[in-house]
Amino acid sequence: MNENLFASFITPMMFGLPLITLIVLFPSLLFPTSSRLVNNRLISLQQWMLQLVSKQMMSIPNTKGQTWALMLMSLILFIGSTNLLGLLPHSFTPTTQLSMNLGMAIPLWAGAVITGFRNKTKASLAHFLPQGTPTPLIPMLVIIETISLFIQPVALAVRLTANITAGHLLIHLIGGATLALMSINTTTALITFIILILLTVLEFAVAMIQAYVFTLLVSLYLHDNT
Amino acid sequence: SQDSKMASVVPLKEKKLLEVKLGELPSWILMRDFTPSGIAGAFQRGYYRYYNKYVNVKKGSIAGLSMVLAAYVFLNYCRSYKELKHERLRKYH
Repeated sequence: MNENLFASFITPMMFGLPLITLIVLFPSLLFPTSSRLVNNRLISLQQWMLQLVSKQMMSIPNTKGQTWALMLMSLILFIGSTNLLGLLPHSFTPTTQLSMNLGMAIPLWAGAVITGFRNKTKASLAHFLPQGTPTPLIPMLVIIETISLFIQPVALAVRLTANITAGHLLIHLIGGATLALMSINTTTALITFIILILLTVLEFAVAMIQAYVFTLLVSLYLHDNT
Repeated sequence: SQDSKMASVVPLKEKKLLEVKLGELPSWILMRDFTPSGIAGAFQRGYYRYYNKYVNVKKGSIAGLSMVLAAYVFLNYCRSYKELKHERLRKYH
């Protein structure tokens, strides 16, 4: 059981062909585009949801921050759909790979920081020193703030990876435990119930995206405006 | 009888799969367009056939999306069958 516990996280290849390309591109099939005013149910539902999310999320930054709306909305759609598809049995979730999450986190964070530096240099540099610190503490605090700045992309990526991976592993483990306990009756019902609750909680993987994009947005906001 | 005479002179290349007789099947397959743009065209046609039949209708139901997800689960199962073979019901894992 130990070996096949982690087998679902191996990059899927078939006959040496990278299947992972197809798996990463698959969620785009589920979001059709249409240029009509009145669409079918699938597209209408998706448009309604997208409007809800973008209004809630893009009302906070100012004009310059709002130019990132397309990027952030596609980000939340991608991560949300990928995580939800990973809850289906036997499927592979690309966001469990740290490489992919780092590839998403680092460019976006770097873009936000560099935008802030270019447009408001003094204000961005001022972030490194909170107001009202006593003079002897200043060198120490600058170092600490620098470290906390550079740890942001790593935290974004590792947070997403760890959450999704841990959720999948827990489902595997508890499912296996339930099967093993099938022969012993009363415990089985309790554990199956726990699995059900865990899956429901895990379906708030969508909340994961919320956390991801929101954190990203907060960082972007801070660097562009204040 | 006039209709069946006209139908039998439709050239092989333009028949759809279900209208091809069994004896003509190998030559029909060999005549298909296997260039990359031909294969892409086949995927596009298939996609739009499914989309217009099940999703792009006035009262589309959950079945349109569920069939796609079921096919996805099935394909992933096929992909990982080799590792799953060892997990068949046995006494000690």
